[in-house]
Formats: sequence, structure tokens, C-alpha cells
Amino acid sequence: MKKFTSLSSIATPLDRANIDTDAIIPKQFLKSIKKSGFGPNLFDEWRYLDHGEPGMDNSKRPINPDFILNNPKYSEAQILLTRRNFGCGSSREHAPWALEDFGFRAIIAPSFADIFYNNCFKNGILPVVLSNEIVDELFEYTGKIVISLDDQSVTTDEHSFRFDVDPERKRRLINGLDDIGLTLQHEDQIRLFETEHFKKHPWL
Amino acid sequence: MSETLYDKLMSAHMVHDQDGASLIYIDRQLIHEVTSPQAFEGLALAGRKIWRNESNLAVPDHNVPTTERSSGVSSITDPISRLQVETLDKNCETFEINEIQMNDIRQGIVHVIGPEQGATLPGMSIVCGDSHTTTHGALGALAFGIGTSEVEHVLATGCLWQNKAKNMKIEINGPLANNVSSKDVALYIIGKIGTAGGTGFAIEFCGSTIQSMSIEGRMTLCNMSIEAGAKVGIVAVDDKTISYVKGRPFSPKGKYWDLAVEYWKTLHSDPDSNFDESILIDANLINPQVTWGTSPEMVVDINGSTPDPQLEKDEVKAESIRNALKYIHLEPNTSMSSVAIDKVFIGSCTNSRIEDLRIAASVAKGKKIANNIKLALVVPGSGLVKKQAEDEGLDKIFKDAGFEWREPGCSMCLAMNADKLEVGERCASTSNRNFEGRQGQGSFTHLVSPAIAAASAIAGHFSGVKL
Repeated sequence: MKKFTSLSSIATPLDRANIDTDAIIPKQFLKSIKKSGFGPNLFDEWRYLDHGEPGMDNSKRPINPDFILNNPKYSEAQILLTRRNFGCGSSREHAPWALEDFGFRAIIAPSFADIFYNNCFKNGILPVVLSNEIVDELFEYTGKIVISLDDQSVTTDEHSFRFDVDPERKRRLINGLDDIGLTLQHEDQIRLFETEHFKKHPWL
Repeated sequence: MSETLYDKLMSAHMVHDQDGASLIYIDRQLIHEVTSPQAFEGLALAGRKIWRNESNLAVPDHNVPTTERSSGVSSITDPISRLQVETLDKNCETFEINEIQMNDIRQGIVHVIGPEQGATLPGMSIVCGDSHTTTHGALGALAFGIGTSEVEHVLATGCLWQNKAKNMKIEINGPLANNVSSKDVALYIIGKIGTAGGTGFAIEFCGSTIQSMSIEGRMTLCNMSIEAGAKVGIVAVDDKTISYVKGRPFSPKGKYWDLAVEYWKTLHSDPDSNFDESILIDANLINPQVTWGTSPEMVVDINGSTPDPQLEKDEVKAESIRNALKYIHLEPNTSMSSVAIDKVFIGSCTNSRIEDLRIAASVAKGKKIANNIKLALVVPGSGLVKKQAEDEGLDKIFKDAGFEWREPGCSMCLAMNADKLEVGERCASTSNRNFEGRQGQGSFTHLVSPAIAAASAIAGHFSGVKL
């Protein structure tokens, strides 16, 4: 898994609540059997003026000049700043794959949907929850933001804000640890549990 | 110590606890073609094996055509869709996983076939790379959707890391009015608590309304709990649950049946167990529902109107209302019953079970769809639901009324196959999500119950059932 320690970048402000994973990556791109290459189709229906399908040459498609991701000012941004309940809807991990492939490594919002939040950690993306008031303030701010996972802080030129993160998720993301490898260290314990579990529930 | 049903199910599967993160054992993983290829590829690349093959059951559903498909996978015309279904077949063969293939009569939507086959049992921990896995909670199972990395994790380890959710009780009491179904209950609740109202919670549905509700109805309700953001939606086991499970292909038999029933009867929250949040709902207040916007929480009574953003004090909400009305081409304060529709979709993991089809058929019987309806689709949830409906003559009722009667699959719920809306088309849909572009780019989805979908097809605009 990709590590995340700290990041210094401006943020792309996407001022909208309840952005769902269908909007992040529309279903026609879910037909791919690969994990990579979803970046050009991130927010496809908002980013382009035509209808996108897999296999198109995206560099030749008409772009929507009003959509914030198309603003050249944010072309280097690695932080996405958005509103509450980001990533709701479908469990598709293609959503964080697309965000990561596009270049985002952190997302700041007042809240996230559960499955999406979880999927981010599996893909080296840090989802940061900050209060509505702080998010409002960040929407007004245009400078660089420094995010440190180690310190659990988001720092602007003016302020520093602390965020919460589950200690085990933090450890894995900072060290880029392989979840499956870690779990298999408990192999004997799982076997033992399984034996007892099937003894108690033999119909399983 | 008193425990909620969710707490009991979590404890029963707890392998290891580490700083509040629990490693839980997974009894059943359901697999479909869209969220599994990268998981199998990951396993192959790392040279890992499947932890326990028989815990897994696979079925293709998202990409399958609902039109004539007797030639099997080769009848999928889109080559990328076809490759995804072929990849599932190949992976299941390589990794020795039980798969119900496309032209098997048992094939269907993963959340329909699990319970139908008895692959979903009370007390099981069940995961699937699909958010609507919450459906299976209707049988008193611990069931939730996961991402592809976690699909791979469960394949390789038989387990999953979980942070425990908080407990929420939603108690609904009283009889539901005629033509009010569990879909209306689900939409009503989401309208009250919002699409993030259940985030971080395991919701247990209880009360006399739930006790009277069929297992199919409970599945619809639990299915939609993800639309309220909940981790799981769950209903305690009762006699209806046990009767539903009995005699299904994967259900326990003989002495195991008696042992299982004895255990299943313990699957309810203890009387004085503690919920972090409780909501009480009077079923008498619930009318048939229709969504007006681009999120399931944007919902009104079928006799209601679109909202006026000028009356909303919260600026973020007002902006959401403006965005949604603009996208969906409706003005503020528009009466929903004045809104004409182009297409009707009856199907999806929310509403494609036999009971849903019976209700819709009873409304459509002896009538014709309106002239302005370009297409009215009925897509049964599985081959077995389709067969049962045909045995009951429901297919004939639908066809006589002008509906198309299709093969099972996810179909127009998310339009990964050929069933989709064109730009600017408006649909009354029994599915679960009305997000922008969900049923086709630039199309407009309105979520309703099967009864309202059928009544609206007949009327040509949103309509309650004429009694």
C-alpha cells in the first residue's frame, strides 16, 4: 500500500454536499478489470461536455470550463476540499482509484460516507474530517495547506487545526503496510476461532 | 449484560480485538463481476490462496443483458461488459469458487439470490463488494458492503477488520395504509434523517409495523438503509424469518436445522439493551413517496410538491435544492402528480422480488400504459422469481398492459448493461438511487414503490394508486 506521511499543496475547492461515488466515477468506467487509468474520467459528467465512454481519447473531448477541476489554477492540487457526506452511495473502490490516479492524496470534508472513507485508507489517500466552521474557513483560504498525518494537523498560513484518525489506520497508512499480510500474522488465531465457530454452528 | 442484536452478532464473529479495531470472521462472501476482478488479480499477483472456498458464492448481475440471451455470455454485445463477465467465470474456475452462471435459472441479482438460495442465513456475517449488502440484515444477519481491497482481504483471510458501529433503533408502530409499502417506509425515513443520518450506525428496525412486514418487505427496508448512510440495517429473527429460510438449497437440514433454529431464536436485542440513538415513527403518517431531486433524501408524498429553495434557511441545503431542481428540470413548488414521465423501471435489488411483482401486477391488471410512456420495463430479481411470476400469470398481466417482461439482472438501476435512459428522459423507478446520471447521463430518476411505478405507468405521470 502507498504511504502517506505529510503533504503540502493548495486545495481544489469543490463546493457541493453529498457528492456520490456515481458522480466521482460514472458506472460505464466500472467495466474495467484493472485498478489504474481511472483519473481521466474522474467526475466525468461534470468535467466534460460530451458523454464519456471507456476507450475514448479524453484529450480530444470538450471540457466544461466552469468545472473547478478544469481550472488551470488547481492543476497541481493534491488536496480536494469539499462538503459533507462526500463519497456516499455505491461501494465502488474505483472512486478512490480515480481520485488517486488524478493526483489527489488527501480529501478534506466535514464528513464522509463510511465505505468510501474506509476505501481511501486502502489506497494511500487520507480523508480528513474537520468541522463545518473550519471547512468554511478553508473555502475562503487560497494558499498552501500542510497536512501532517503524524501530527494529525492541517496547517494554513494563519491557523493549525487538529483532526482525529483511528490509531491503527494511521499506523498502516504512515508505514504503507499490507493489510492482508498483517492479518495473516493472526492465521493460527483465525484457524482456532474457525474450529470453535463451526463446532458451535455446525450448519455453516 | 444486555446486548443489542448488532453487538451480539459482532461478538459472535470476533476473532481478535486490537485498540478498538476488531478482526471479525466472515461466514459468507457474495461476489459479482464488477468489484471482484481486481481482487482476484491481487491474490494471483501475491500468490495467495482462497482462505475457504465454500464461504464464497458468485453470480454475474450488473452487466448481464435482460433481453434474449440464450447463447450465453456471447450474447453480451458490449465487449467490455462481456470481458467482465468472462473474467468472473474464469476467476471462479481458477480459484474453485461456486458460481451461478448467467444462464442458470438460479442466476439473478446478488442480493436477491443470496436469501433465495439460503446462502444468506440468520446470524451469519455476510459481505459483498456492493453497498446494498445491507439487504441481508432483513434475515437477522450481520451484512454490509465493502470495497474491492476488502473483497481481496476476505478472500485471502476469511476475515475483515472492523471498527464497531454505534447502535440506532428505529421503531415503527401501527398498520401501513393500503398501497403503502416498505419502500415508502424506507424513503420516508431517509427523508426524515437524511442520507447521512445513519452514518456510523447499525440500524435495527423494530416495532409492530416491522413484525407485520413480510421478509421481502424487510429486505427492501434493509436494502435502503445504506441510502441513509448506515453500516447495516437489521431486523430480529422471528417465526417469519425461520419459515422463509426453511427448505432452501443452502439451508441446514435434519438435526442441523433444529440446532440452527435454537440459535437463531436468540438473535434479537435484549429487552433493556442500550441504543445510542432511538427514533420512533408512526406508520399512520406514512403516505406513498416519490423523490423529486438527485438524492434519496429529496423526497415528498406522492401528493406533494417540489420544495422552494427560498424557504430554506441553511445555505448549503438551499444550494443543493437549487442544483437538484436545475438538474432534474423541475421548478420549485411543482405538484409531483403534474410531472409527466417517459419510462418506468420495476426491478433492482430493492424491488424485484415476487411480492413486488405481485403488487405491481395487481395495479396494472386490465389496464394499459399511457401513450406517452416510451418503455415500461419489468425485470425480475432472479430466474426463479421470473419463473414463479410466470407460473402465477403475472408476466401476461404485465405484457397485456404494455410492459416489457425481461430476463433477470441489475438492469436500469445503474445502467451498466444496455438498459438505460437517454438524455432528458424522466423515469419512475423502483430502484434505490436517483443520483445525477445514475440511469444514464443527463437523465432524471424518481424513486417510487412498485405500486406507484405501475400506477404512474398507467397514468403517464406520477400518480397514486386509484382505488
